[in-house]
This record gives sequence, C-alpha cells and structure tokens, in this order.
Amino acid sequence: MKLESVCGYVLALIAAPILLGVINRVKAFFAGRRGPPVLQAYHDLFKLLRKSAVYSGATGYVFKAGPLVGLAAVMLALTFMPFGGIGSIFSFNGDFLLVAYLLGVMRFGTVLAALDTGSSFEGMGASREVQFAALAEPALLLGMAVIIRMTGQLALADGLQSFSFGLTAASSPIIILLLMAWFIVFLVENARIPFDDPNTHLELTMIHEVMALDHGGPDLAFILYGAALKMWLIGALLVNLLIPAHTGNPLLDLGMFGAGMLLLAAAVGIIESTKARLRLLRAPQLLIAACAFSILALVLVLR
Amino acid sequence: MNAFLAYLLLMITGGIISAFTGRRRKLSAFSGAAGLILGSLGALTVAIRPLINGRALALRPAWPLPLGSFAVEIDSLSGFFLCVIFSMTILCALYGWGYNAATGKNPGDRSAWLWLSLLAAGMALVVVARNAVLFLLAWELMSLSSFFLVAFENGREKVRRAAWTYLVATHLGTAFLLAMFVLMGAAAGSFDFAAFAAIQGKNAAFLNLLFILALIGFGTKAGFYPLHVWLPEAHPAAPSHVSALMSGVMIKTGIYAMIRFVAISGPPPAWWGWLLVLTGAVSGILGVVFALAQHDLKRLLAYHSVENIGIIALGFGLGLIGWSCGSRFIMLAGFAGSLLHVANHAIFKGLLFLSAGSVLHAVNCRNMEKMGGLLKVMPVTGAAFLAGSAAISGLPPLNGFVSEFLIYTAALLCVLHNQTGVLIPGIAVIGSLALIGGLAAACFAKACGVVFLGEPRSPEMQNAHECGLAMRLPMLILSAACLVMALAAPFLVPALCAATGNIAGIPVNPNGGAALMLKTVTFWISAASLLLIFLLLLLAILRICLFRGRSTAKTGTWDCGFAQPSPRMQYTASSFAQPITNMFRRALDIKTSGILPEEFFPGNASFSAHADDTAHRYLFAPVFRAVDRALACLRWIQEGRVQIYVLYINVILLILLLFAL
Repeated sequence: MKLESVCGYVLALIAAPILLGVINRVKAFFAGRRGPPVLQAYHDLFKLLRKSAVYSGATGYVFKAGPLVGLAAVMLALTFMPFGGIGSIFSFNGDFLLVAYLLGVMRFGTVLAALDTGSSFEGMGASREVQFAALAEPALLLGMAVIIRMTGQLALADGLQSFSFGLTAASSPIIILLLMAWFIVFLVENARIPFDDPNTHLELTMIHEVMALDHGGPDLAFILYGAALKMWLIGALLVNLLIPAHTGNPLLDLGMFGAGMLLLAAAVGIIESTKARLRLLRAPQLLIAACAFSILALVLVLR
Repeated sequence: MNAFLAYLLLMITGGIISAFTGRRRKLSAFSGAAGLILGSLGALTVAIRPLINGRALALRPAWPLPLGSFAVEIDSLSGFFLCVIFSMTILCALYGWGYNAATGKNPGDRSAWLWLSLLAAGMALVVVARNAVLFLLAWELMSLSSFFLVAFENGREKVRRAAWTYLVATHLGTAFLLAMFVLMGAAAGSFDFAAFAAIQGKNAAFLNLLFILALIGFGTKAGFYPLHVWLPEAHPAAPSHVSALMSGVMIKTGIYAMIRFVAISGPPPAWWGWLLVLTGAVSGILGVVFALAQHDLKRLLAYHSVENIGIIALGFGLGLIGWSCGSRFIMLAGFAGSLLHVANHAIFKGLLFLSAGSVLHAVNCRNMEKMGGLLKVMPVTGAAFLAGSAAISGLPPLNGFVSEFLIYTAALLCVLHNQTGVLIPGIAVIGSLALIGGLAAACFAKACGVVFLGEPRSPEMQNAHECGLAMRLPMLILSAACLVMALAAPFLVPALCAATGNIAGIPVNPNGGAALMLKTVTFWISAASLLLIFLLLLLAILRICLFRGRSTAKTGTWDCGFAQPSPRMQYTASSFAQPITNMFRRALDIKTSGILPEEFFPGNASFSAHADDTAHRYLFAPVFRAVDRALACLRWIQEGRVQIYVLYINVILLILLLFAL
C-alpha cells in the first residue's frame, strides 16, 4: 500500500461527483444553455444529507439497507482500481473479478430495495437492470481476459500498468475494440443514453432513476454518491487503457489521469447531446455487440 | 472404520424403530430424527480424520457379496464428501423433526424416517465403497429410498408422476453404470476398485467408451443437461428437507463418482475436459434460464441445481484439462474450485430449500405469483432466504463467490497458457460463468423480491406465520455457514488441494506452489469480505447519526399519480423475468394463452405463460413414445388368464431343466 495510492483513492472519493457536473455542462452547452454549476452535485448531496426521509409502509429493512450495501460495495471496489500511473491500494491475482462481483452486490442491493416498495414502476426498472447487467458482465470479463493475455498479469493494477505507449500503438486494433466494448459497458452500467436517460422522470423507459423513486433524504444521497463513484470506477478502467503513460511522478500521473476522466465525462456529454435513447428492445443487441467486440479482441490477441 | 459402520447401523436402527412405531407420531419422529442425528454426528467424527491427517481408513472384512467384496475405505476425497453428507443430514433431520410435528398426516408418514435414514446411509456407502458390486448396491439403496421419499405425498397424482419419472430416470442411469462396470470388470479381472487401475494401460477407444458411459450414468444422477429432466419433477414433489438433502447432497454423489472414475482411469485426454466444460456451460446457462421461467418456488430451486452442477462441471472440466496438459496450477484450481462449490452448493441450496419449505408450509401454496410481503410475517425465514440468494448468486462476502472465484482462477490460468487447446475452454468458462452469474442474480432477485418483499398479494399471506424452532435453527446455522465458509476458505484450501492430489495420484504440497497461490488469493477474498462488512457497519452507523433527532414519516408507495393502487399491480415473477426469457425463447419453448383486453372498456382479461422443458419435449418424450410403440407388439404375452401364466412358468422350468441336463 503506497501513500500516493491512498491519495488517488481519496481523490476519487472527493472528485467523483464532478463528472456529473461536467456532463451536465457539456449537455447544456450543446442545448445553448448555461447549465447548472459544475459543483451542483455536491450541493444536491449536502442538501439531501440534511433532510429527513419519508418511507413507504410497504418497505422494510431491505429498502433501507439497499443504498448502504451499494455504497459499501463500490467503495471497496475502488480500492482495487489503479488510477493512472499510481497503483491501487490493494491488489491480488484476479482482483478484477472481485471488482466485477462487487458491482453485482451493489446492483443486487439496489434491485431488492426497488422491489421492496411493491411499486410496479420500480419492479420494471429492476427487471431491466438485471437483464442488461447479465449481458454486460461477459463483455467486461472477456475484455479482462484480453488484458491478461496481453500482459501476462492476473492482477488489475499490474495488468493495466504494464501498458505503455509502445505496446498500445503496436496493438491498437485490440485496444480500440476493447475500448468500444467497455465504453458500452460504461454507458449501460452508469445508466446513460442510449440505454437510459438520467433526465427523464416518470417515463416508462427509465431504469436507474426509477429504482430510486421512493428513496429520499440521506438514503438518496448515498445512492447518488454511490452512482458517481461507480462512474469513476468504470471510467477509470477506460482512462487507464486510453492513457498508458507512467512518468513515475505521482503528481503528474494523477494530473493526467484526472484530465482523462474529465475528457471521458465530456465525451459522455457529447454522446448524450447528439444521440437519442435506444428503443429498449434494441438495447440488448448493443450489449451483445459489446460481447462480440470483446470476443473479437480476444481472437486478435490469440492470433 | 468399524465405528463408522456402527454409526450407519445406528442411523438405520433409528429408522426401523420409527417405522414400527409409526402410529405414535411423536415417538416415531423422535426415534427417526435422533437416530439420524446421533449416527451422523458419530460418523462425522470418523470421516473428518482422513481429511485432517491425510491417512486413509480402510476395511475389507471376509464378507463376500455375490461377485464382489465388502471393501470400504475413507480417503481424503471420500472424507470430504462424507463431511458434506453428514452435516447436511443432521440439519435436515432436525428440520424434518420440526416439519413432522407441524404438518398433518400423510400417507407416506409412517415409513418416511426409515427411507430418510436409508438414503443417508446409502449416500455414505456410495462414497466409501471400493468394490463395484457394493457400489451399485449402495447406489440402488440411495436411489430407491429417495424414490419412496419423492412419493411421500402419494395421494396427489402429480407426485406419483414425478416419482415415476424419477424411478425411470435413475434406472436408465444405472443401466449405463452396469455396462461400464461390467466392461471394467472384464478388463481388470475383478470388481475391486483397486484392481480397476489395470485399465489405465488399455487402448484409448476403450477408455473413451467407459468415459461416455460414466458421463451418462453419473450425469443422470448429477443432473447434467439434458439428463436433468427428473430433477425439476422430483425435487418439488418431496418434502422440503428431503429436497434439500437430494438437491444439496445426493446429486453430488454423481460428481463424486465422476471424480473417482477419472482417478481410476488415470491421466485423461484433453477432450474429456472439453466435453465437461461444454456440458457445464450448457447446463449452467440453460438451468438458470429455465429457472427464470418458473412460477413454482421449489421448481425454480430445482432448476438452479442444474445450473450449479453446471458450474461444478466447469471447474471439473478445467481440472481435467489442466491435468492432461500437465499444468498443476490449472488442475488444482479447477478441482479445488469444483470441490468447494460442491460443499458451498450443499449449504446454500439446503438453506434455500429449507426456507422455501417453511414458506410453503406457512402459506400452503407454491405459486410465487400469489405470494409477496412475507418478510414481515416470517422474518427469520425471509432473512435466511435472502442470505441464501446472495450466496447462490455468487456475491461477496458469502461463500458462493469463493468457489466461483477459484474456477475463474483456473480459467484465467488457462488464458495465460500457450496451447490453443487449453486456452479456448478457459475463455468459454469465463464467458459462461459471467453470464450464469448475471442471470442467477436476476433469478434470485426475482424470487426474493416477489415472495418476500413488497406487499402481500392475497389475504392468506398476511396470516402466514413463522415456523417452529426446530425448523428455524437449521436455517440459522446454514445462513451463518454461508459467511463462515467464505471467511474460512483460506484454511480449507490446503485440505481441498490434498484431496485433489489424491485424485490425480500426485502428492501436493499444501504449503507451496499452486496450493500456496490458491491460499493467497482466497486469503485476499476473505480479507475483502471482512472489509466489506466493516464498511457496511461504518455506513450504517453514519446513517443512524444522520437520522438522529429527525422525524421520519410513513406513507404509501409513490404510485405516479395513479388513484387506486392495489397489491396485485406489483411486478410479478413472470413480468420480472419476461425480458430475459424472451431473449432465450428459442430454448424455452414458452406457451402463452389467455384473453387480451380489447376495445375501450375491456371486460375480463387473463394471461398465462408456461415454459416447457425442451429436453423433456424434444428428447425424452419421443424416445419413450418410440420404446412404447416397439414394446407394444409384445403385449400379447400379457393375457390376463392364470392358466396361461402357469403355462409360462412350466415352460421356463422345463427349459431350465433341459439346460441343467
């Protein structure tokens, strides 16, 4: 465990909500508005933390435990994720499986909390969430198999850090396929367009927002914060692949990584502004395409 | 070893006393349960010894069976399976005792404890037998006693049909085993397992034939797709503690026997591993997809056994591949993962069946669509089911994740290997395990959500009640075991590796090489599990602090402006699973019927969907029809007149007489 890794982790915990602000600013720019401040998400979180809550009579402890389980799982998962040149806090062989399954824990908690309300809307969101997740999981893990095969490293931090500009350039087709596959996973896991529209409320097409419909006060704050951390977590995967620069200077590495995250957020904002949401029946096809990209990358790496 | 057999006798004696005192229900249940619990506890103390010190216990009394001998042995592999068998037997007997006291009379009541004790003893004998004849006798004892347990409520037509299906399936399997053992015996000149080692030098085609026979014969018991058709019929029909024992433990004897078979036949060719990986992937994925389409809670759990047997087969197949390519790391990780999953599945599937039994007993209905909101009236059962669901979905910090992780590790090591023949199965395992994991989580979110969460869908659900202490205690112990197994995994891995070395006949140093690596990764997982629990507690405390001094209000669920919500509008099990079952509609063969609403003021509307088992429909039903037709031409023999039958007997006697001359 290195000091700079802990700094990277703390940075993630602090900076994650900025991503939402950046996305919203980019979307506002495309819509010709000024948009909310970049730090709006923090205001929202603090406001929610200070509020009391209203609970449905149908719910029990599962509903209250859902946000806690989700936040705890993603906070633990972040400790295994390297941030650019500085490594992760913990690392062991096969740790990315733990990360993937911790995201599963988070999902399980959210889905059960949604079903606990007995609302048909939330049931619908939960149903869609588990369907998409079942398809996203193979794409994510098969992509990991590519990294392992390329680098010969079984641990997430070791694998991602053995990339250099030279290796990335030499195997750019594989990296591009992998980035495409994981970008789709990133969009679906974080409930972004084209899978889900975070701005719609009370429409039949939404997934993540509808599951949090009955939560309020600190519970909702935990959910929103957990979602931001999850975005940082999966985004870090992409940024680690995209910027394989390790200067050895922790400050510089962390700076480059942070810039990469902001760029990623901007890219999400651009996609959200220029693309429409996919018909729900088409969404599984895009996810299967992600699996296909992962498998294709595997084929290329085996060649 | 003598003590071990004496404990088995104690079990059976308890069962016999119970059968003779069947009219006095309390006494009968007491002697049956006490015999099972005491016998299992005693046998457990014997069986655990070879696991700890690695020295096998053997006995070979001068007691000839026809064609065979009473050769028994407990080595570390047998010891491992015996631990699983007896621990589950104890808990199921305890639960059964409570269940017996809580339910009304049943036609199968009087002898049920006898069959249960014979089932337990039969399973134990299967695992310790070292002679083919003894093995088959034990196998039949196990299969027949469980047949009578499946037929427990034989007053119901559906139960009789399920029992019949099970009887046919298990004997089809045994027929293949008989052929396999006869071939092996002929080649080795004896039916002792020790002598079977002689087949190792035989030609490949012969060994391959034996492997296929073993895969079909043992695979039927284990429930590999498409041989699983008896499983979703038989498990829901039996009482829940029997389902737990059959689904959690008995089907594993098929896995045990497969392992014993490869241990006898020596280093396997790579395609055996490939075939098992393929079987595992198909069983795993289709098992969970079928489970998603079920409305009956116990049927859903039964299909999940097919899924988990698939996961075990994935690990086992990778182990074989590792063995054949000479990679000890892959072999140990695959075998250890699959063995650990055997134990883990026994724990969480036992837990789930026991809690499902508690639900069925409380609400007297098996259809999930009619349940809902049971967590409030049955807090212990609900919590137990939640824990079991998280464990079976392979979620940390519970035990399912650890064994899946070991199998994943084997697959990742395969990916690093430089032979294509090793690499491709590794990738297949990663992809299918990931898909299975996602779908299993979906299925158990559905089961938990629809049965225990939300609002009760009918008034009967509010009148449900928690079960008695004898039923609750096993559930609590198993829930705790789900967590303990995950935290204790680093200490179990050396024993698992030793048992694995036993399979391959390779001595494994439990503190070095591959075993050390597996120990290290499981150590990390256990540490991460503890950390997760710690974080959760920390956040819970934070939440309590945040809410201090604030008032929280209670209201109805936000219904998006709809004026008259009713609990029947909740998302049902079918609607929850529909998007996924629709993706797999080709494999599922779903039939829908009903009246769809029409016009502006629709009248009555209804909808029902039913998923048939494709293996049943397209494989077994045609085969049985064909057999039926072929045998129809022999019907003239059955005349119905006594005189004709006397004639038959005389003719046969005459022929035998001539033959003897």
